[in-house]
Amino acid sequence: MMIHHKPSSGAHIGVNKSVGQIMRSVVFALMPATLFGLACFGWPAIFLFIITVGSALLFEAFCLRLKGRAIRPVLDDGSALVTGWLLAMTLPPWAPWWIGVVGAGLAIILGKHVYGGLGQNLFNPAMLARVALLISFPVEMTTWANVSPLFFSQSPGLIESWQITFSGLTQLDAYTSATTLGRIKTEFSQNRLLPDILSDYSAVLNFIGWTRGSLGETSTVLMGLGGFWLIREKIIQWQIPLSLLATVALLATMFHWFDSDHYVSPFLHLNSGALLCVAFFIATDYVTSPNTPTGQCVFGVGCGLLIFVIRTWGAYPEGAGFAVLLMNSATPLIDHYIRPRIYGRDRKGKPLEIPK
Amino acid sequence: MYVFYAIISLTGLGLLLGLLLGIAGKYLTVESSPIVDELEAMLPGSQCGQCGYPGCRPAAEALAEGNAPATLCPPGGSALAEQIALLLGLDLNLQDVQEPELLVARVSEATCTGCTRCFKVCPTDAIVGAPKQIHAVVADACIACKRCVEVCPTECLQMHPIEITLRNWRWTKPKLSVSESVPC
Amino acid sequence: MLTGLTSTRIRGGVHAEERKANTAIQSIVTDFPLPKTLYIPLQQHVGKPAEPLIRVGEQVLKGQLLAYSQGMISAPVHAPSSGVILDVNDYPAPHPSALPIRMIVLATDGKEEWLKTPELGDPFQLKPEDISLRVGAAGIVGLGGATFPTAVKLNMGRENRIDTLIINGAECEPYLSCDDRQMQERSEQIIDGVRLMLHGMETHRAVVAIEDNKPHAFAAMSAAAAPFTEIEVIQIPTRYPMGWDRQMIRYVTGREVPVGCRSSEIGVTIHNVGTAYATHKAIRHGQALVSRVITVSGGAVARPMNVEVPLGTLITELFNFCEVDIQQTARIVMGGPMMGDSLPHANLPTVKATSGILALTSAELKSTDEQPCIRCASCVSVCPAGLRPLDMANRIRVNQLDAAVDIGLKDCISCGCCSYICPSNIPLVQYFKYASGEVAARQQAQHKSEQTKRLMEARQARLERIAQQQLEDEQARIAAKKARERLQAEQQESTA
Repeated sequence: MMIHHKPSSGAHIGVNKSVGQIMRSVVFALMPATLFGLACFGWPAIFLFIITVGSALLFEAFCLRLKGRAIRPVLDDGSALVTGWLLAMTLPPWAPWWIGVVGAGLAIILGKHVYGGLGQNLFNPAMLARVALLISFPVEMTTWANVSPLFFSQSPGLIESWQITFSGLTQLDAYTSATTLGRIKTEFSQNRLLPDILSDYSAVLNFIGWTRGSLGETSTVLMGLGGFWLIREKIIQWQIPLSLLATVALLATMFHWFDSDHYVSPFLHLNSGALLCVAFFIATDYVTSPNTPTGQCVFGVGCGLLIFVIRTWGAYPEGAGFAVLLMNSATPLIDHYIRPRIYGRDRKGKPLEIPK
Repeated sequence: MYVFYAIISLTGLGLLLGLLLGIAGKYLTVESSPIVDELEAMLPGSQCGQCGYPGCRPAAEALAEGNAPATLCPPGGSALAEQIALLLGLDLNLQDVQEPELLVARVSEATCTGCTRCFKVCPTDAIVGAPKQIHAVVADACIACKRCVEVCPTECLQMHPIEITLRNWRWTKPKLSVSESVPC
Repeated sequence: MLTGLTSTRIRGGVHAEERKANTAIQSIVTDFPLPKTLYIPLQQHVGKPAEPLIRVGEQVLKGQLLAYSQGMISAPVHAPSSGVILDVNDYPAPHPSALPIRMIVLATDGKEEWLKTPELGDPFQLKPEDISLRVGAAGIVGLGGATFPTAVKLNMGRENRIDTLIINGAECEPYLSCDDRQMQERSEQIIDGVRLMLHGMETHRAVVAIEDNKPHAFAAMSAAAAPFTEIEVIQIPTRYPMGWDRQMIRYVTGREVPVGCRSSEIGVTIHNVGTAYATHKAIRHGQALVSRVITVSGGAVARPMNVEVPLGTLITELFNFCEVDIQQTARIVMGGPMMGDSLPHANLPTVKATSGILALTSAELKSTDEQPCIRCASCVSVCPAGLRPLDMANRIRVNQLDAAVDIGLKDCISCGCCSYICPSNIPLVQYFKYASGEVAARQQAQHKSEQTKRLMEARQARLERIAQQQLEDEQARIAAKKARERLQAEQQESTA
C-alpha cells in the first residue's frame, strides 16, 4: 500500500504552477527582447550576457554551499537565473566583463543572500546591483554602444569583440554615444530646447529597438509584448504596470502641455528607456512589491512619480532603478497599512455591527 | 590654553554628574524590584525546581537580573517563555524550545498500600484517598512535580505521558525539508 | 484578471479543475450490498456525544434509537439496519489520527426491518416546534459536512425571525457530485423538505442556490419549485468556496455575517440540500437519518459513483464495491479534496459528515516539496476571508502564535484556497490548523497553571489553618494542665 500515514490537511490538489515554472515564464517573456538586443549589439553583448548570467548562477551556488544547503533544487527554481538575466538586460551591452561579474555578485550576495535568500530580500537584487554599479563605475555604466548588429561589416568581429569585453577598447568612443534621455539631459545643460535636440529622434526606431541602450531598454515593442503575455498568463497582475505607466504618462502630459520646450512628451517617456522593462519585469517582482491589489497600485504610482521626478529634475537621465529601490523600501509600510478587510470585520479589524 | 579650559570644564562636569548619579543610585533605589514580583506571579509557583533554582522566587530573581533565559521554566513551555520575553523585552527564538512532555502521575492499584505519604506531599492536592485506602490521582490537577514518586515506598506511583485522544490530538507543525530550512 | 472590478460579493476563491463528470453523469447507486457489520460512532455531529441506551446482544430494528442526544447541542444515533448489537466500545474514528472513539457495533440480519412509526397526517398542520422536535429526534445534522444539529438551527431560526432560508446546492468542492445527483433525482422531495423547514422556522422565503456548472440540477429543482412561490431557485457563479455559508450569504443576500455571530442573527439561515432531503424523510415517512449518499471518486477508483450506504459502513467495503486499486492509492481523503482530511487507512466507518471518499493517486496530489515563500501573494488574492496567509505562516514558523492570532488566524476557515494556489507548495492550511490547536492548548495550559496556583494557595491556607489549630490546641492543653496543677496545688493547700 502506498498510502501516506502522516495526517495531511487540504488542499490535497493544487495548481500546476511551481516557482520554477513562474521563473521560466518570466525568462520566456524576456526572450524576444533579449535575442533582438543581442543581435543588435553583437558579440560583445553576447559575451557580457553569458558572463553575467553565468556568474549569477555561480554566486548562487557558492552562497548555497556556504549555507550548507543542497544546490541543485534551488538552482532549478530559476530565481538566480532571472536575477542574472534581468541584471544583464540593464547593463550597457559593451561593458567590460568585470562589470557583469561584480554586478552579479552584488545582486546575488548583497541583494539576496545576506537577507536570508529567496523571498527574504527587501530590495530588488538586480536593481540594487545596477544602482551600485552606476554609482561606483559611472563611466563604464554610461558608455552606450551604437547599434552594430551581428555579421555587419561595420560591427566589430569576434576578436575585436573579445577585446572590447575582456581588455577594454581604448578607442571605444568611435562606437559609442549617449542614449536619448542622456542626450536630452546634457543638451539641456547647454541651454538648447527640446525641438532642437530631438530633430533627429526617430520614434519608430526607438519603438522597435534600433537605438542605443541596454538590452532591456531599447525595444519598447518587444518588452511590451513580453509584459502583456505575462499578464495574460496571470504570472503578474496588471495593477503595478498600469499604475506606473499611467502615472508617468499623466505627469508627462501635464508638464508637456505647459512647456513643450523643456518637458519631454509622454510618448517619448513611454517609448524610451527602461520604463516598460521596469513596469513589467522589475517593479512586479513578487518579493519586493506589496501583497494587495490596492497596495500594488500605490506602489506603481510611487514608482511612476519617482521615475518622472528623477528623469525630469534629477542628476541621472534614467531614474527607474532608484525609483524602484526607494519604493521597495516602502513596501513593508504599504503592506502594514493597506491590508484586505477580513470577512465579518471592518477595516480596523473590529467585528461588524449587526444591522438592525 | 583653550584646550586646558575645555578639558578641565568637561572633566568637572563629568565628575559632578557622576557624583549626582551615584547619590541618586544610593538613595533612590527600590528595595525589591517590582519586576521580580511580576515575574514570580507569572511562574507556576509550584516550586518544582526543574529550572535549577530552588524555587519560583529565586528563578524570578535570576530572570530579572538577566542570569537566566526566558525559556528557563520547563512546565511553562513556550507560552510562558513568550510572556516573560514580552515583559523583559527580550528577543526570543522559540524554534529550539522543546515543549515539555506532558506527564501525569498514576497510581498502580495493585501495589498501593494506602500509606498516605503521597498526598501529604502533593502541592496541589491532586491525590485523593484515605489511610489504608487505595489512592487516586486527579489527572487535571496533577502538575507532574514527581514528589509523590519520590516518597512512595512501594513505587506504585509512576509518571506516564498523557494519553493522546481525539480530544487533545493536534495537527503537527509542518517540517521544512532539510535543504530549505528558513533562517530568521 | 480583473479581480478588483468583479462583483464585490465574491471575494477570493479559486476555480479548481472540477473532475465531477465521471460521477455526475450516472444515477445514484442504491443497491449497495448490506454490510455484515456496521460501526456506528456515538459522535457524528458537533456538540456532545450521544449516550447509548441499548445493551450488547439486544435485537434492534432499522431506525431504532441506539443512543439519545445529551444536552442542548447534540444529536441522537439510530440503527442503520436491523440486527443484533455486538459491542459498545472504542474503535478507530474516521479522523486523520484514527484514534479510538466510542462506537456501537451492529451485526446486521439482512432483513432491513424498519421500526414501525405512526402515520402522520398533513405535516403543515403540525406546530413549528413539532417540526424541529421531529427533525432533532431523527438525528438530522448538517449534511454538507459541518454536522451542526439541524433542529438547533431551526429553533434559532424561529427565535431570530429569519427572513431568508438559503438552501446550499453549491457543492463547490471538486470531485464531489452527491448533492448534484440528489438535486437531479430527488428534487421534489428536497423541495418538500425545504417547505417543511420553512414551516418549522416560520419563514416565508427560501432561495435554493446552485452553482452554474450544474444545469441539470438547476432545471430539475426549478421545475420542482415552480408551484411554490415562496421558493426561488437561482444560479450562482462557479467559484470555490461558494459553498462556504458566509460567502453564499453575502452573494445571495448582500449581507455579511459579523465575526462571532451566527448567520441567524442577521436574519439568514443556511441548510444543505441533503439536509432538506433528510428532513423530508423524517417528517413525511418518520424515518431517521440512517443512510446517506456518498461520492466515491479519485484516480484509483475503477467504478467511481454516487452510492447510498447505511451509516457505519466501513470504507473498505465501499472500496471493494467501487473497485478501488489500493496499490495506486496515494492518499485516502474523507470529504472533498480542498477541505477534506486524509485518513491513514480504510478500516474506518462512514458517518453523517461523509460527503465523499476519495482514493487519490500520487499524480493527482499536490507536491509536498515545500520551497521558500516568494511572497507572490497569490494566497492573499484567493483568500475568501481576506487574510494574509503568507504573513500568518511566517509568524507561525517562528512560533509567534500570538502575532498570528493578531492578524486573523482565528478568522481562517481552512478552505484550502491558499494551499491550493501556493507555487512553493507550502502546506499553509496545516500551519493554521497546527497553530489553532497550539493556541487552544496554550490557553488550556494557562488555565491549568492558574488552577494550580489556586490549589496550592488553598493547600497552603489549609496547612496554616491546621498548624494554627494545633498551636491553639497545644496552648489550650498547656493552659488546661496549668489550671489543673493550680487546682491541685490549691486543693493540697486547703487540705494542708
